[in-house]
Amino acid sequence: MGSAAPRSASVLLLLLFLLLLRAEQPRGAELTFELPDNAKQCFHEEVEQGVKFSLDYQVITGGHYDVDCYVEDPQGNTIYRETKKQYDSFTYRAEVKGVYQFCFSNEFSTFSHKTVYFDFQVGDEPPILPDMGNRVTALTQMESACVTIHEALKTVIDSQTHYRLREAQDRARAEDLNSRVSYWSIGETIALFVVSFSQVLLLKSFFTEKRPISRAVHS
Amino acid sequence: MAGVGLGPLRAMGRQALVLLALCATGARGLYFHIGETEKRCFIEEIPDETMVIGNYRTQMWDKQKEVFLPSTPGLGMHVEVKDPDGKVVLSRQYGSEGRFTFTSHTPGDHQICLHSNSTRMALFAGGKLRVHLDIQVGEHANNYPEIAAKDKLTELQLRARQLLDQVEQIQKEQDYQRYREERFRLTSESTNQRVLWWSIAQTVILILTGIWQMRHLKSFFEAKKLV
Repeated sequence: MGSAAPRSASVLLLLLFLLLLRAEQPRGAELTFELPDNAKQCFHEEVEQGVKFSLDYQVITGGHYDVDCYVEDPQGNTIYRETKKQYDSFTYRAEVKGVYQFCFSNEFSTFSHKTVYFDFQVGDEPPILPDMGNRVTALTQMESACVTIHEALKTVIDSQTHYRLREAQDRARAEDLNSRVSYWSIGETIALFVVSFSQVLLLKSFFTEKRPISRAVHS
Repeated sequence: MAGVGLGPLRAMGRQALVLLALCATGARGLYFHIGETEKRCFIEEIPDETMVIGNYRTQMWDKQKEVFLPSTPGLGMHVEVKDPDGKVVLSRQYGSEGRFTFTSHTPGDHQICLHSNSTRMALFAGGKLRVHLDIQVGEHANNYPEIAAKDKLTELQLRARQLLDQVEQIQKEQDYQRYREERFRLTSESTNQRVLWWSIAQTVILILTGIWQMRHLKSFFEAKKLV
């Protein structure tokens, strides 16, 4: 009985430590999904109190490239709401611990389904090795140079992502234009033929009926 | 005597269970709800030779208790991954908790679709499914503590490895950008060509149709002795 108590205490401590690790774990999610017309899709994430989170979103394809977005805190209050936005960025420091939800709505559109990209980042980036959080000494020059380069490269990767999304959007529009030009040209040629034939036929029909009347008038 | 000794142990056991339960139900990040056989698709636009790792965990809604059960055995998710040409890269059934990996061989939009193949339709009727999802692409998929342990790297070497991975990802993305830009340019030039040729063709058709109309009507009126 004497040895059981400290063992269970150490197990408890380990579990508590694991729980703390989970609680402190900064997370990020970057997803691109399809939003059908008249639909709403929501995502939820648990955020600790005092942690800053940011949401970037952008519409890539579909319709007028706009979407409604709103963010709710665990108590149900709307902390962010925008309608018909093409892209936006929203940061917030969580005041209440709990599950925050953010939703994208395409309910205003009747026939265009959209592709939406969002990037939801919670907290800061974790250190590269888990035990580096409790350093005693300061970083050496090499290490701080590495950290600087790492941050700069992250900025480069982020701007590459944004550039890729913009390019995808432009390319979607260009391909749309290409197919619209084809359909419009074929349609207009058909319309042209139909109109010219029916003009001639109509004109002929006028003169075929009136002929006896004009003969009667002239004589 | 025995009751007094066991009491604190039992209390500790209960606390341990609570903590364990909290650990188990801790959210693995983002989650969303899907219906019974609803399919949810995500698109990842990636360059070639990029590894994508996806982790998911599902929880089923318990209608009586009005809470999400921590884990549900017997609940499976079908994961299907299609490459930009529409070819299926991965199509597998996983359990209620799973991890899928694939490497892209063509650059472009890869579609990752998930839907549940529930084996317990009766219990599930009208229920919701909560899916925790985490998709990591390229350099983000690397697990650095694991790499450090496996290759026995110091912190500085690990940082250098991370920087190398990041730079490699940037290079791949730039190559992919060049490929995309070429496609975009081809599309624009095709539109340009089409507009040019169609406008010339339509002007020619218009003139020819006009000429035909005039000649046809002229011969018609001459036949009717009106001209």
